[in-house]
Amino acid sequence: MSTTGSATAPAAEQKKHGSVAGRAFERLGMLPVLIVMYALFYGLTLYFSADGTSNFATAANNMNILRQVAINLVLAAGMTFVILTAGIDLSVGSMLAVAAVLGMQMSLPDAVPWLALPAFILAGLACGLINGTMVAYFNINPFVVTLGTMTALRGAAYLLANGTTVLNSDIPSFDWLGNGDFLGIPWLVWVAAAVAVVSWFILRKTILGLHIYAVGGNPQAARLTGIKVTTVLLFVYAINGLFAGIAGAMSSSRLYAANGNWGVGYELDAIAAVVLGGTSLNGGVGSIWGTVIGALIIGVMNNGLTILGLSSFWQYVAKGVVIVLAVLLDKWRQQHNAAN
Amino acid sequence: MNQVVLEMEGIKKSFGATRALNGVKLTVRSHEIHALMGENGAGKSTLMKVLSGVYQPDAGIIKVDRQPIIISKPADARAAGISLIYQELSVATNLTVAENVFMGSEPRTKWGMADIAEMNRRTDEVLRTLDAPFSATTPAIKLSIAQQQQVEIARALIHKGRILIMDEPTAALSDRETDALFKIVRKLRDEGIAIIYISHRMAEVNALADCVTVLRDGGYVGELSREELDPGKIVQMMVGRPLGDFYQHKSRAAHGKVMLEVENVGGGKVRPAGFKVHAGEVLGLAGLVGAGRTELARLIFGADPRTSGRVLLDGKEVNIQEPLDAIKLAIGYLPEDRKGQGLFLQLSALTNTAMNTLKSNSSMGVLNHPALRKLTSDAINRLSIKVSGPDGIVGGLSGGNQQKVLLARWLEIKPKVLILDEPTRGVDVGAKAEIYHIINELAADGVAVVVISSELPEVIGICDRVVVMREGVITGECTGDDINQERIMTLATHDVRVAA
Repeated sequence: MSTTGSATAPAAEQKKHGSVAGRAFERLGMLPVLIVMYALFYGLTLYFSADGTSNFATAANNMNILRQVAINLVLAAGMTFVILTAGIDLSVGSMLAVAAVLGMQMSLPDAVPWLALPAFILAGLACGLINGTMVAYFNINPFVVTLGTMTALRGAAYLLANGTTVLNSDIPSFDWLGNGDFLGIPWLVWVAAAVAVVSWFILRKTILGLHIYAVGGNPQAARLTGIKVTTVLLFVYAINGLFAGIAGAMSSSRLYAANGNWGVGYELDAIAAVVLGGTSLNGGVGSIWGTVIGALIIGVMNNGLTILGLSSFWQYVAKGVVIVLAVLLDKWRQQHNAAN
Repeated sequence: MNQVVLEMEGIKKSFGATRALNGVKLTVRSHEIHALMGENGAGKSTLMKVLSGVYQPDAGIIKVDRQPIIISKPADARAAGISLIYQELSVATNLTVAENVFMGSEPRTKWGMADIAEMNRRTDEVLRTLDAPFSATTPAIKLSIAQQQQVEIARALIHKGRILIMDEPTAALSDRETDALFKIVRKLRDEGIAIIYISHRMAEVNALADCVTVLRDGGYVGELSREELDPGKIVQMMVGRPLGDFYQHKSRAAHGKVMLEVENVGGGKVRPAGFKVHAGEVLGLAGLVGAGRTELARLIFGADPRTSGRVLLDGKEVNIQEPLDAIKLAIGYLPEDRKGQGLFLQLSALTNTAMNTLKSNSSMGVLNHPALRKLTSDAINRLSIKVSGPDGIVGGLSGGNQQKVLLARWLEIKPKVLILDEPTRGVDVGAKAEIYHIINELAADGVAVVVISSELPEVIGICDRVVVMREGVITGECTGDDINQERIMTLATHDVRVAA
């Protein structure tokens, strides 16, 4: 939480005595928004339903929401790393497409099908390393770098797919990923959860994690304190690419296909989830926990609006409004915390 | 003459359970430089934020020209002729001086366009009264800190400011620039403007103030007139007890071996320079701001590329290419700009303190949180840092406590050599004394300490030997009785064509 504006001892002193509710609000972040939104959709679907039951708050639909959220959550987790360093990655959708196309081609009978899964992931990682190298070593603004790779990799994905869709319904090595269950929960959800846990572990429990926060918070101080800023930056873009590769595998497996058009606009949902989760675009502040909540808010909204039968055009409008309102609420909450 | 222009009475302000101001009063007259003193956290800044409309007081009366007024937003304060010049300057460097001066209140031509000619004319008029060595059309990016300050003063005068609040205006100025500022401040005073002057520097207040109000712990302690002004008394009022020997500099035992030797190190604006520091010695690096002291320190520390020379640690040549190399060799550097280059303001005391010692408190890259917490708690206790705990966010602390957090980070590396760049800038008297104590303890433990400071009394007070720099060159060295103001200033300024 940014409290730099009120850099006085009394303000610091005050934090200790903040009300229990205030502290809970600070810890929970956007969770209350998620709960309210869920309850709201429950009420609306109940109100508009013909038979007096809600087909929103059912176990089956909850699982649906989680499945729909999974891919965005994987991308958003990677994006969290990047945004924590005050960077941005616009190329995740294109990286996903490149990885998806390459992976699916590897799965074809005349290629090496059992190498398909590594191909998805390594393709994503390679794309991420390109971004990371340009940001970290050539010191180019990340927005510009990834705007470039967003366009170039999109083209590359179309070229690799030869302008068509790579289809393959016989993918034993990773069919489970998009269509299988484990303990009654889809593998998509397990993988997304695992990505979130791994990200949380790196950010909270390792030296590298602290270095990521430090580089985002104050790059000059980070360097003077002996942190290898270039290595940290390379890492965040690389892991973001790797996660995009995983997301590529998830979507290809689910649809038994890949083409150059995969993942268009996904970067915006990923960024929205991160920002909704309270991670500062200025770097240094934020958490994976927040990103999980952010991704769930977007997922619940998409699902709820669809069940209510709202047209996809209105869904776009609603999504945009909610994102801005939620961030406004978060800003107000932080100012409230800082002032008190 | 000398009418009362501002009265603040019974001002109270609480933030939740914390009482920041508890019935403070302040009376300021025209033709007066009124110093407002107190340790950090005493309530000076809060009081000034109340006066300038940033905060609303819970109770109390503010009168301007004996008329009670309500200041509920900064615009109200400006309308009442109250201008605040912040410690952190707010000059937009992409604009010209005049555009900065008129920012947000540009005069319009009859076509509704900004009237640039009028802006420039009126700005130049004010700049002339300030004897500013630049003009309305100068791009602000070319200005020094001191000149940016003059722009802010010009802005206040353009807005017909009659009560000018200056918050530690000399914190980033050299002695020469300080003198120039004093001249301006006195001139404004003579023209009838009331100046509220916040400073930690006793010498300054002694030289400048017509009247002093002292605050402590959010309360009003007292007001001293010019005749009653006595540094010892003020300090006692500020801290509530006599301070004893401020610098606590005892003659140290004969110094040990040479710990750090710098030979012909040059790069950037620094001409090849060299000096030695012994174990257990405090070496001062004196000079005017911009003399190249910080630059030299950064070359030694590996923060900037070195084009010549070599560095020897404990008699052996060492290869320092980047800060990490220096840190591995137990050489520390506390930068002069603690917010910009030192601290991670959004992060916790733990992260800030432990940032250099994460390796030894982790296994395979995974942090040992209990060990880090203990390390931080120990540092908080040892340096008596006022923070809610290891998880307290550093950005919310006072300057002195922030500096102690940064010092703690460097103490954790068990330094052999520690370079401290302006270690007491912007910290209050109490924290200053504590920092001097830490420096003395480090020397007693055999650390070679290099102190870069623009405050001469400080250099003279704590250093065993002083090396003086001027325009990127080392011009001399003082030891023993040679360490005095005149000798250091001669070395620092001799033969210099003064840059405007």
